[in-house]
Amino acid sequence: MSDKLKGQTISFQNPPLIVNSASIVGPEEGQGPLGDKFDLICDDVKCGKNTWEKGEKKMVSDIIKLTLDRASVSSSDLDFIIGGDLLNQIVTSNYVARDLGIPFLGVYGACSTIIEALSIGAILMDGGYADAVLSFTSSHYQTAERQFRTPLEYGDQYTSCNQQTVTGAGAYLLGWLGGQVRITHSTIGKVIDLGATSPTNMGGAMAPAAADTIIQHFLDLGRGPQDYDLILTGDLGRVGRNILNSLLEENNIVTGEKLQDCGALIFGDNKKFGAGGSGCAASATVLSSTFIPQIISGKINRLLIVGTGALFSPLTVQQKESIPCIAHGIVIEGV
Amino acid sequence: MKNINKTKDQYQKIVNKNHPPRHRLQKTIKAYIIGGLICVIGQGFWKLYMALNLSQNDAGTMSAITMIFLGGLLTGIGVYDELGQFAGAGTIVPITGFANAMVSPALEYKQDGLILGTGAKMFNVAGPVLVYGMVSAFVIGLLKVVLGG
Repeated sequence: MSDKLKGQTISFQNPPLIVNSASIVGPEEGQGPLGDKFDLICDDVKCGKNTWEKGEKKMVSDIIKLTLDRASVSSSDLDFIIGGDLLNQIVTSNYVARDLGIPFLGVYGACSTIIEALSIGAILMDGGYADAVLSFTSSHYQTAERQFRTPLEYGDQYTSCNQQTVTGAGAYLLGWLGGQVRITHSTIGKVIDLGATSPTNMGGAMAPAAADTIIQHFLDLGRGPQDYDLILTGDLGRVGRNILNSLLEENNIVTGEKLQDCGALIFGDNKKFGAGGSGCAASATVLSSTFIPQIISGKINRLLIVGTGALFSPLTVQQKESIPCIAHGIVIEGV
Repeated sequence: MKNINKTKDQYQKIVNKNHPPRHRLQKTIKAYIIGGLICVIGQGFWKLYMALNLSQNDAGTMSAITMIFLGGLLTGIGVYDELGQFAGAGTIVPITGFANAMVSPALEYKQDGLILGTGAKMFNVAGPVLVYGMVSAFVIGLLKVVLGG
């Protein structure tokens, strides 16, 4: 046992491979600086359907199909699918799972969902309970906005800490054959709440959770930033990333340029999107499109990705409750 | 054992330190200019209706209706929220902002059905304005009666 779990970090004895992964995004993400890296870009956020919710579901179905097709795997070969999204009752994932007809574990970690889904998938694989697992997630600006905030056409002004929910989806196929990257460790985060109450500054709310998981990960494995080529956070945005940096520096962890954030990267410096992107799809699409190819090409050998989630509901915000946050990390390295 | 040992206040100081500049003066000036312009347009319509020989009361009502129509139209074609990003309170406070607050949820919830979608949620944003508008009108009315105005 002691070899497998140290503190909060699991070291996989048989690290599963990410056999294939794919990402799909909406038009605004497609026009961003990472635009040419995504596998599919939808010009229409409804994807030809009559509601945004159906459009989000279509994005997820399409990207799962692409991931499986590229790996020449049929959906009946999958042992489990694990996924979640931002909508109430993770309803998008439920519909996708209904159509696929494969044993399904629905997970909710807000924007940390894909890392949670990959961790559980890797645990099932390493434990010998599965040979093929598909982890997926999605988020959608229009569907999330109407659930968490005000109507889209309402003219309230965004603050500079505001983050725009990324429209998109990502899917990752875990298996034993054919992949060039593998998941070696997983650090399961605790729910951390330092009393932040503003839903317009989610990066500020989530930064302590990210810091806690990163510090714990280094403690558990006796590692430090020098052991990684890149430390990637999910969707702290520029504001949250700066806060994380100062929290880490207070703990004598100096990351410098190695600390990057998917949410800050996806829209570049475009002021229209405030502090950057957020949502489950931020980390899911950026990891698959931008950084897994860099591991395959050898530019990066090993990265730690820490998915960050703000676990609030619009109701608790109205009741002036603070925002509980979580961060899970996985280590991905070349084979 | 906690890795991040901070009280709420200590952490809030770090958050505040990292907050991007709020540009309050700049935002106030923008709101003043755009909000003022909207009022000037409304006044223009009032003058126009007066020139068309409407009574002062009717010209006032007609210019309010025209501004509400324009607010609704600009919301429908997706312009008003963009304007709001620039103008802030300048587009929320005038009567066009009220139109925006009614039309935007009506549009948004249309896909959830005409009764439980548009019908039920149309007052999502403007509801509190109506409720407290009426409450204040009631209080003022009561004061008028009591003080014998």
